[in-house]
Amino acid sequence: MHYTGWFQEQPQLAAARCHHELSGLVEFVPMKRALNEHCPAPRRAVALISGGLDSMLAALVVQAQGVHVEGLNFFTGFCVEGHTHAIRNTRQKTPRRNNALWVAEQLGMRLHIIDVIEEYKDVLLKPRHGYGANLNPCLDCKSFMVGKARQWLEQNGFDFIITGEVVGQRPMSQRRDTLPVVARESGAHDLLLRPLCARLQPPTLPEREGWVDRERLYGFSGRSRKPQMALAAEYGIEEYAQPAGGCCFLTDASYASKLRDLWQARGEKRYELDDIMLLKVGRHLRPRPHFKLIVARDAGETRYLQGYRGHFAHLEMTSHGGPLTLIEGEVAAGDFELAARIAARFGQGRNADSVSFRAVMADGSERLLSVVPLSPNQVPRVWYV
Amino acid sequence: MSEYTLDTTGLLCPLPVIRTQDRARTLASGDVLVVHCTDPGALNDIPAWCRINGHQVLETVDGDNEVKITLRIGAID
Repeated sequence: MHYTGWFQEQPQLAAARCHHELSGLVEFVPMKRALNEHCPAPRRAVALISGGLDSMLAALVVQAQGVHVEGLNFFTGFCVEGHTHAIRNTRQKTPRRNNALWVAEQLGMRLHIIDVIEEYKDVLLKPRHGYGANLNPCLDCKSFMVGKARQWLEQNGFDFIITGEVVGQRPMSQRRDTLPVVARESGAHDLLLRPLCARLQPPTLPEREGWVDRERLYGFSGRSRKPQMALAAEYGIEEYAQPAGGCCFLTDASYASKLRDLWQARGEKRYELDDIMLLKVGRHLRPRPHFKLIVARDAGETRYLQGYRGHFAHLEMTSHGGPLTLIEGEVAAGDFELAARIAARFGQGRNADSVSFRAVMADGSERLLSVVPLSPNQVPRVWYV
Repeated sequence: MSEYTLDTTGLLCPLPVIRTQDRARTLASGDVLVVHCTDPGALNDIPAWCRINGHQVLETVDGDNEVKITLRIGAID
């Protein structure tokens, strides 16, 4: 049976399984009667929802035990979203949806999306536990998010927190020795339930109190995704988003390289939201230490970068079809010629004798510029950030 | 019941959803909110957010350079 169909047909019943099921009575009871006559109000849990399969299953496993579950999703600015990809023309066939919202809708639960862009700067810029393979502060990040969930829980009167963590799945934040670190540093302690690997962990408060049945939780471990995929199949879940770990740009080597370059050029580790959004878009070339070009790769990216024209010096190709190029940094008038010669490489006039641009300075002043495009071997690889 | 507008142009999802969510919290049940966006993904995400939170989408307009979504605020918890 397809899970979505099952849930849509049985939402009240699913929510009303209540303690009957916990005590071994598996019969469904209509919610109103159950709440009024047999059970106290169902316990309430808040689940961290990334949009991937693990957090979806973790919420579902607890929801299926009659617990009222609502989702939390944190927006750090580094989240990989279908829409960011969809800026590019070539990616428009991918679903334009937010996977966390999609998961919440599949599970019939509310989702609260929380902007943590400013608070997250401390996590990224000063991670207590350092970075992973790239600039991913996974352990600090997980502790931060669970800590935010704990605050939310306290403010909203919920009972415990659910995450989709699996022992041994991630090399930094989901190891046997680091799971307790997350519970401790977040302040969640034994209010943190990890339904997919709970059987491998000491019982948490929700288990000890009988709010959830530990026997109906799981003991997944390791990097294999097969147990999760099998569980998804049991629930009839046929569609789900990218497996865990693919939801953060900070794990991406190319993105991390651009972020390091940004900090190096500024002489300090500092960023604003626009900075990190722009790192997701276009080709980035730094021909001189004091300025960088962001060259759109297609019409979709050109449309997106157009929104930043008022904040950056930029080059608009006028003689040929070609991308918009933003220039970031303290660019002097003399730098425009080199910038234009590089930008000309990426337009339809790359083999022409001359390519013309409208060059707009950061202060809004304009001039027309005609240049000879650089040849491919005049654009060294080291310029590519 | 009153009508309000929210400008999220230039923002990529999920920020239009977050701004809509935050604005909706300040409104009363029955109020109408018109959200202006430039990220076409909002055409999926804001209606999805409305469905799971009990708000009603009255109209969506997919223009050349802008998306407009009109919603009615549902019951407030």
